[in-house]
Amino acid sequence: MSATATAESDTPIAEIPTAIDLREEFESSGVKDVLAELDRDLVGLAPVKKRIRETAALLLVERARKRMGLAHETPTLHMSFTGNPGTGKTTVAMRMADLLHRLGYIRKGHLVSVTRDDLVGQYIGHTAPKTKEILKRAMGGVLFIDEAYYLYRPENERDYGQEAIEILLQVMENQRDDLVVILAGYTQRMDRFFESNPGFRSRIAHHIDFPDYADDELLQIATKMLEHQNYKLDAKAVAALTDYIAKRRAQPHFANARSIRNALDRARLRQANRLFETSKGPLNADALSTISAADITASRVFSMPSRAG
Amino acid sequence: MRITQGAFSFLPDLTDDQIRKQVQYCIDNDWAVSLEFTDDPHPRNTYWDMWGHPMFDNPDAAALMLELKECRKAYGDRYIRVVAFDASHGWESVKLTFIVNRPADEPGYRLERQETTGRNIRYTTKPYAADRPAGNRYG
Repeated sequence: MSATATAESDTPIAEIPTAIDLREEFESSGVKDVLAELDRDLVGLAPVKKRIRETAALLLVERARKRMGLAHETPTLHMSFTGNPGTGKTTVAMRMADLLHRLGYIRKGHLVSVTRDDLVGQYIGHTAPKTKEILKRAMGGVLFIDEAYYLYRPENERDYGQEAIEILLQVMENQRDDLVVILAGYTQRMDRFFESNPGFRSRIAHHIDFPDYADDELLQIATKMLEHQNYKLDAKAVAALTDYIAKRRAQPHFANARSIRNALDRARLRQANRLFETSKGPLNADALSTISAADITASRVFSMPSRAG
Repeated sequence: MRITQGAFSFLPDLTDDQIRKQVQYCIDNDWAVSLEFTDDPHPRNTYWDMWGHPMFDNPDAAALMLELKECRKAYGDRYIRVVAFDASHGWESVKLTFIVNRPADEPGYRLERQETTGRNIRYTTKPYAADRPAGNRYG
């Protein structure tokens, strides 16, 4: 029957290589491309990139050792990403999935991104199937749990989060070959979460901390985002945006790159409005894609008193 | 008597690794895989009991293997099969099914002859196992 795969023998007798060229492996496995992409696409985040480079090196060596018959266990790959909102945790997680896939540590390389709501049920007996369903979906890839500390609610002892945690821990331990779990969240709250759930701490090998972006990095990110959408800033707008970033940072709910993206979305809105109201004749492409200082300075950030002073 | 239903049933039982590969093949074809079990293996009994839902959005066979392990724990003394359902328009039917778990002892079928009018004979096959009430049939 042509519709079935041939059940070939499961244990091909592979030759054990006597020497492995790591440089060659680095290039042929595609790890080099992923890291280069990471460097190119992500602004700043130097410590994160360094940690990923180190992790990639470790995994590459581990893979070489495995081929030579020196290592048999799959290394623990579960990670925790800590940092403020908008610092690129999800983006890096996606790259990480790609990296692990190219190194052959996960079979599919997809990322399933969930929060508490996706794992924890609303009534008794609802949580286990829900968590299992998500875990099944993530198998062969990476399960990314954003704001993982919400799973644990110490103030409510009947909270179903604990049940989800137990299932997670069990799968993290028993099915290390099948999926990699990445927990993400704010640094302090994650620290507290790990303290109250020592099981997680011991099962996670890589803790990566994401620093906040500096002002000039945020500006760079903003230009990149706009370039991507075929917009540009004129000289005055660049100055206004620099000013905006400094002011916005001092205000509550600052979410790094996410705040910048939202600000740019609003600037585009204002630009469209401005063009609509002031234009008399036909507009050229340049006018349609230039964001001027007025589009940015109209933001409420400039009119609000900054809290931090 | 070894029961031969579905694909691969004339081959030696598939190992877990072989099952995984077959399931992955199904998933790669965009078929939804699921598990079914029964203790009434009559060939005309097409509707087995479902174990969980069909897995429409799991890209990896590990998910089914996890369920298979659970299902074996609960119903290891019955027949369990993998069903691969093709949901694409125009097919909407099962494309592949194969048995992945059997009872240790398979007694087989009895042929019953029923004499009817005009010395005609009607034949019926009955699993010996079906003599016992459902749930206690194997082991």
